[in-house]
Amino acid sequence: MATIQNKVVEPVTDELALVQAAKRGDDSAFEELVRRYDRNVFRIAQHITQNREDAEDVVQEAFLKAYGNLAQFQEQSKFYTWLVRIAVNEALMKLRRRRPERMVSLDEEIKTEDDSLPREIADWSPNPEQQYTQSELREILSKTIQGLPPGFRTVFVLRDVEGLSTEETASALDLSVPAVKSRLLRARLQLRERLGRYFQRRDVGNGKPNGDEKSGDGNQ
Amino acid sequence: MKCSEFLHELTNYLEGALDESTKVELENHLSWCHNCYVVCDTTKKTIEIYRDSQLYELPDDLRTRLRSAIMVKCQQHKKRGPQST
Repeated sequence: MATIQNKVVEPVTDELALVQAAKRGDDSAFEELVRRYDRNVFRIAQHITQNREDAEDVVQEAFLKAYGNLAQFQEQSKFYTWLVRIAVNEALMKLRRRRPERMVSLDEEIKTEDDSLPREIADWSPNPEQQYTQSELREILSKTIQGLPPGFRTVFVLRDVEGLSTEETASALDLSVPAVKSRLLRARLQLRERLGRYFQRRDVGNGKPNGDEKSGDGNQ
Repeated sequence: MKCSEFLHELTNYLEGALDESTKVELENHLSWCHNCYVVCDTTKKTIEIYRDSQLYELPDDLRTRLRSAIMVKCQQHKKRGPQST
């Protein structure tokens, strides 16, 4: 089975040159950095906040903060990773403001390892996404990822959607590499299980309905 | 390799980060354990579907508006001097 290839944000060939020019006060260089990464920051922000207006605010605040603190940026790390770190913090702050009743942090949701063991093992249709229109599919994906705890979906989005390496994800989130790997596994497995309700093979013909919501009986 | 061990190695496997002997062991496990095969395959599909989904794309008009707003605020920040942001 082939492994997953990364959608990396490379090449970063002249990123450092842009950052250095921006540090010297060249605003067009900074604008180029905005142009380069605004889509990524917006996607990350909306994944975390699950709110369009908040995501717009996060994009503005993250870039403004990056601009204001550019002098502090250490050039041994990638600008993009540094920017993501700022954006994630801004997004989490938004989320906390909206859900003050529930403390939101990347350190919560530490449970036992067992809760990530797959309970639903049903196979999917060959091209499950083609059963739905683009907008239906987006709705499904959006609803499904919303159900994940913020700490899980943040790791999933940075690593799997944005293509940051495990080390970059760890650095952007101030987590250890093992912590990123453990959350990533659980995030992937939870998403897989939830998507299964929509994508399960439906031609089994054993008379059993698919999508039985009671998936709580561990069978491992 | 047991199913729990497979699960433990799944992330590294999908990243192509396993050493050769563990990879062979894991693929051997997948060749006879249907459940783990399905979990591996559908997990991979989950990642691919999200990666290809174009979920939360930034529309062009909003993008232009946001970029202008950012640059205006940056100018204001510059005029005010490097205070806290």
